Amino acid sequence: MSSIFGIILRRIVLGVLTLFVVSLLIFASVNMLPGDFAQAILGQGATPEAVESIREDLGLNKHPVQRYLDWLGGIIQGDFGVSFAQANFAEYGGTSVELGGIASVADQLAPRFKNTMFLAGVSAAISVPLSVMLGILAALYSNSVFDRAINISTLSSISSPEFFLAYILILFLAVLNPIFPSLSNVYEGMTFWEKLDRTMLPALTLTLIVTAHMMRMTRAAIINLMASPYIEMARLKGTAPLMIIIRHALPNSLAPIINVIALNLAYLITGVVVVEVVFVYPGIGQLFVDSVKVRDIPIVQACCLIFAASYILLNLLADIMTILSNPRLRHPK
Amino acid sequence: MILVYLIISIVGIFALGWLFRWTGQKISWPKEEWNIYFRDMSYLVGVGFIFGVALILFTLYVYFILQIKFFVWGVQLLVICGVSGYIFRFLGRRIGTEGSRKLFRSMPVTAAFGILTVILYALLAVFADFIAPYEQDEIFEVINALPGGNPDLGGDPRFLLGTDQLGRDLLTRLIYGAQNTVGIAFATTVFSFLIGITGGFLAATLGGWVDQVLSRAVDALMAIPQLIFALLLMTIATAWAGSNKVMIMVYMVLIIAVLDSTRVYRLSRAVGLNIVVMDFIEAAKVRGETLRYLLFREILPNAMAPLLAEFGLRFCFVFLTISALSFLGIGIQPPLADWGTMVRDLAQFINFAAFSPLTATLPLLAAGAIALLTVAVNFIVDWVLHKSSGLKS
Repeated sequence: MSSIFGIILRRIVLGVLTLFVVSLLIFASVNMLPGDFAQAILGQGATPEAVESIREDLGLNKHPVQRYLDWLGGIIQGDFGVSFAQANFAEYGGTSVELGGIASVADQLAPRFKNTMFLAGVSAAISVPLSVMLGILAALYSNSVFDRAINISTLSSISSPEFFLAYILILFLAVLNPIFPSLSNVYEGMTFWEKLDRTMLPALTLTLIVTAHMMRMTRAAIINLMASPYIEMARLKGTAPLMIIIRHALPNSLAPIINVIALNLAYLITGVVVVEVVFVYPGIGQLFVDSVKVRDIPIVQACCLIFAASYILLNLLADIMTILSNPRLRHPK
Repeated sequence: MILVYLIISIVGIFALGWLFRWTGQKISWPKEEWNIYFRDMSYLVGVGFIFGVALILFTLYVYFILQIKFFVWGVQLLVICGVSGYIFRFLGRRIGTEGSRKLFRSMPVTAAFGILTVILYALLAVFADFIAPYEQDEIFEVINALPGGNPDLGGDPRFLLGTDQLGRDLLTRLIYGAQNTVGIAFATTVFSFLIGITGGFLAATLGGWVDQVLSRAVDALMAIPQLIFALLLMTIATAWAGSNKVMIMVYMVLIIAVLDSTRVYRLSRAVGLNIVVMDFIEAAKVRGETLRYLLFREILPNAMAPLLAEFGLRFCFVFLTISALSFLGIGIQPPLADWGTMVRDLAQFINFAAFSPLTATLPLLAAGAIALLTVAVNFIVDWVLHKSSGLKS
């Protein structure tokens, strides 16, 4: 048992290390900005005094290493800094600064993060069972008309851009047959069902993309095993085809399936950007794109870090689950 | 309400599937194989048959009775795609050299359709200047003309697909989109392969600290989701470029090429590692060949097959990333016609679907142009991969 914990612990340490490197990378890229934040906020016509005062406030006159440590220290305590768009820098002409009434980045992110998680959760709840089921069926009837139809349609939906699928869904499910609203106006205080109704179209779009991936991997993983001798044995003793897959093939192909599911969940959290923009869904992805456009650096930094963190976390989870589900991996040669 | 219909139809299909199998087993068919077929039919196959029939009936019902415009167009488009792929394959099997005919004989319709589409796109991209009726940034006095060219319905016979909010011909911009969007994506992919292959092969041949440094750098870059990182870097790039729109696009190509080359690096390193242990590499080293000769004359030709398949996939990915960036408003910049930007600009027209179907297809046309190419390339790659590995199963 201790060896499993050892391996898992090593993975976790590696994950934390990766996260550290990623934060360094993000910080370094942001620091490649020409001039600095203060200049960017105030624009061309700023007086040197005003620029200097903002620099002082934001700690921009410190050494980059010191700033990085401050930033990282703040994040660990849940403080992502103050958004440029929120802070009204017209007040910055003088020397005194108070940030009291201004919403911090963390305050802005928290509700949106919840929304994004809700969207990803709904999509995952639909797509995971659906894709595993379809994958099993496609493996069961491989090379049939059903298999080929599924193959063509999943390949098409994987390779289409998200916005194409989104607009097709809007066309048929929102405009021509008003079943779901085409704008996902989600806000605090809605009931769960209302929220679900509003979230349905973006969730379906994500489902279409993610299901295709997971289904193909499930099918491939099962078909890979179908040629092995113990499956042949099960077939010869007269087990029903569906039972062969569920009882004999599925448990052994669990590792790749879990892996691809975790990877796709990571995709769900990070791939929401375009979908959220299409449906004006108030999630973290939309905030990210808006901030990129107005160059609101603290928010861009924070969003980037959150996306990267969830991506790394889910990859880590996939790794650990794979090791747990496959005893052979616990004893590396 | 919809949910109730859905549940009823699913239950109905399952019940009918059972009934279908049951009657099939009761009837004694004239042919013995049929009797055996029904005897051995599993329940799900019966359901599948009924589901297929229901799907065909539903399609026919919507197509001929409800006649929903978009559905009709979609079905027609699918049929045209299928038939054109079939005809192309048929012609390919008759015309051409022995080798090409042999290739077409083993080809599924999807791959034939993919090849046909890619050829058409390439022609469109290369000859856009001759095909397009106007210049891509030519501005006319007619703004927001509706598609169809019928003056009574707000169209203009000069502009088959209408004009946009600035008065630019949409058909022209759609055609030029092939040149700009596909061209930029292609250039980016080539660039990314140059970086990735060089890095990967270098790491594979030299090993040691070069391999370590490159691999760890790639690991770090890959730890951030690609689109997110691209957006972050684009923020900085737009600050660098200022109002210079050409520079923004140059930066975009560079950023996406570098980010995408990480995947190419991984593959070419893995493929390269398998090749450098071969005897002929050893022989070349002993001969005293230069590193450049080793990389591009010895390793590259032997790694061509997997890299080419990867090129198709990476092109799709880059193409989609660039389209997504343009759709979000930070990719290919305005005076150039581009599909992603067109989708964003025309998106609101989708709300007119109920009373002006033609107008509502505009954003779908641009988005569909993107989708069609990536689907086509994926069909080809799927076939190539299946051909090179599928014989085992």
